[in-house]
Amino acid sequence: MLEAVRRPLWVEVEALVTKWVVDASDLTKVYTMGEMEVHALRGLSIKIAPGEVMSIMGPSGSGKSTLMNTLGCLDRPTAGKYLLDGESVASLGDDQLADIRNRKVGFIFQTFNLLPRATALTNVELPLRYAGEPGNRRERALEALEAVGLADRVDHRPNELSGGQQQRVAIARAIVNNPSIVMADEPTGNLDSKSGKEIMKLLLGMNKERGVTLIIVTHDLAIAKQTNRIVHILDGKVEKES
Amino acid sequence: MNYLNSFLAALESLTSNKLRSALTVLGIVIGVGAVIAMLAIGAGAQNSITGSIEGIGTNLLFVVSGGSEDVRNPKPLTRADAVALSDGFQAPSVIGVAPLLQGSVEVTAQGESTTTAINGVTPDYSWVRNATLAEGEFINEAHLLGRSAVVLLGTQVAENLFGRKDGLVGESVRIEGQPFKVIGILEEKGGTGFTDEDDRIIVPITTAQARLLRRSTPDRVDLILVQAISAEDVPQAGQEVADILRSRHRTGIGEDDFTVFNQQDFLETASAITGVLTIFLGGIAAISLLVGGIGIMNIMLVSVIERTREIGLRKALGARKRDILIQFLAESSLLSLTGGILGILLGWTISAIVGQIAAASDTAINPVIGLDAVLLATLFSTAVGLFFGLYPANRAASLEPVEALRYE
Repeated sequence: MLEAVRRPLWVEVEALVTKWVVDASDLTKVYTMGEMEVHALRGLSIKIAPGEVMSIMGPSGSGKSTLMNTLGCLDRPTAGKYLLDGESVASLGDDQLADIRNRKVGFIFQTFNLLPRATALTNVELPLRYAGEPGNRRERALEALEAVGLADRVDHRPNELSGGQQQRVAIARAIVNNPSIVMADEPTGNLDSKSGKEIMKLLLGMNKERGVTLIIVTHDLAIAKQTNRIVHILDGKVEKES
Repeated sequence: MNYLNSFLAALESLTSNKLRSALTVLGIVIGVGAVIAMLAIGAGAQNSITGSIEGIGTNLLFVVSGGSEDVRNPKPLTRADAVALSDGFQAPSVIGVAPLLQGSVEVTAQGESTTTAINGVTPDYSWVRNATLAEGEFINEAHLLGRSAVVLLGTQVAENLFGRKDGLVGESVRIEGQPFKVIGILEEKGGTGFTDEDDRIIVPITTAQARLLRRSTPDRVDLILVQAISAEDVPQAGQEVADILRSRHRTGIGEDDFTVFNQQDFLETASAITGVLTIFLGGIAAISLLVGGIGIMNIMLVSVIERTREIGLRKALGARKRDILIQFLAESSLLSLTGGILGILLGWTISAIVGQIAAASDTAINPVIGLDAVLLATLFSTAVGLFFGLYPANRAASLEPVEALRYE
């Protein structure tokens, strides 16, 4: 019944013309913790159109982190089909998954997760390094930092930057490889409300200017309401969309 | 990530925790240093012993009593044997024969006393062993016949008794309580590592036999030095000596009651002994290198745990297993390589110090650091770093990104 959900018209139209960037169906994930089997995902299906801004909400234990890890190719589903940008990734090996993450996914974490001893520039360069790209790494990293408004902070280390600035570095790092989707896990969770608003503005701006598909995991309804589509997860299934 | 990048990243990571890295490197430094120093000292000792044996002279044969065990009624070597060996017709390859009595005695003078080695010799000894004098004159036939109470002092003995090395001819000393007149001082030879040629005294063999070093049978000697015409004639001279002694001692074929050594025999024995010594010392040192390697493994494991989140992040950003593996291997081999290089310097320093101490205490061991030892230590230490780095690096590379990112 996903198709029946109200979405902005341009998303609907574009989805019809182009392929889905995320096309996952019947995702199942079972963890074995000791003797217990934990069913984190129970046949969850979700489709996301390119350029969409959506949020995933749900109480802790609902499976939203597992969903994010699966969509971000950090983890493989136990069963189910997952096409990312048209590529089937559900059964890829570790190194192929790493490659997919490098080219198609950008991550933004609640705790920023910057390398503490490296400068902002080096942090942003990191995905390019693993992509094995020679040459213009520095230029591309500088460009990404400029896009998040940190052109004058490139040589600063994380401990010399405010929380908002650190998250900007993380955003620059997430977009530097021109990924298909950007996954943000509670991007404003560790920030004061002012920096949080700025970060959200920046993320939404990125979506408008660059057409980046944005998936935000949050439990803050005020954040979720800024997105076009809210997916509520409960007990490993999509409970409802709004 | 290319290799230069990995190297720089490893360098940065190691320098960010300087004290820890330094302590880890120290284990390898000590290990490699010990290996280098031990091998160098072993080689030095070998050279020193070889040198001192060669210093005896390439033309010399040593004849001692005692041979195969099943000789019935073995006869001792005597001065008469020595005289027979100097027969130019029976032993044409022999040009000099010097019988010797050896022992240890107490010498006193002016209230000072010292225990030293004593050699009872004949006048021929002076040129067979090339014993030159700093002053005075050597023992002559008259001293020998008269069993004179005369003595030649080594410089060390002179120093111990009189506090000086010259102007001592005519002084008198007491050997085992009996008065002897000093007729000369032996020229200083310096330590040879084998026996100290300066810490001894020389008396006429007859005097020694009669008064100082009594043997079971009169005329008996401990050792006969035989000089061959040249180094090439040594085997021939050995054969002649053996023939003469066999006929004089009337022993059966293959049942000698004496043994003839030449310098080559000593060299072989000595290098076998020092070879074992070097392997032994090097082996002990290698254990400390192993301990250093375990230190590296320990610190790399700690580092992997500490950086679990970082590893998770790197994997999330697209690092493959290989990238993480290389990163950690680069760190551990950098640690061990640095340790190896510093260790070579340390080993070199230790060798130099040991050389100085040895020189100061008159045992000339000149430690030799061979290229082989340096290469061995460097290769070994790098291998240790790689080997002991492999487990932690593999552990880091195998972390699940989701688990690693969640790690607090």
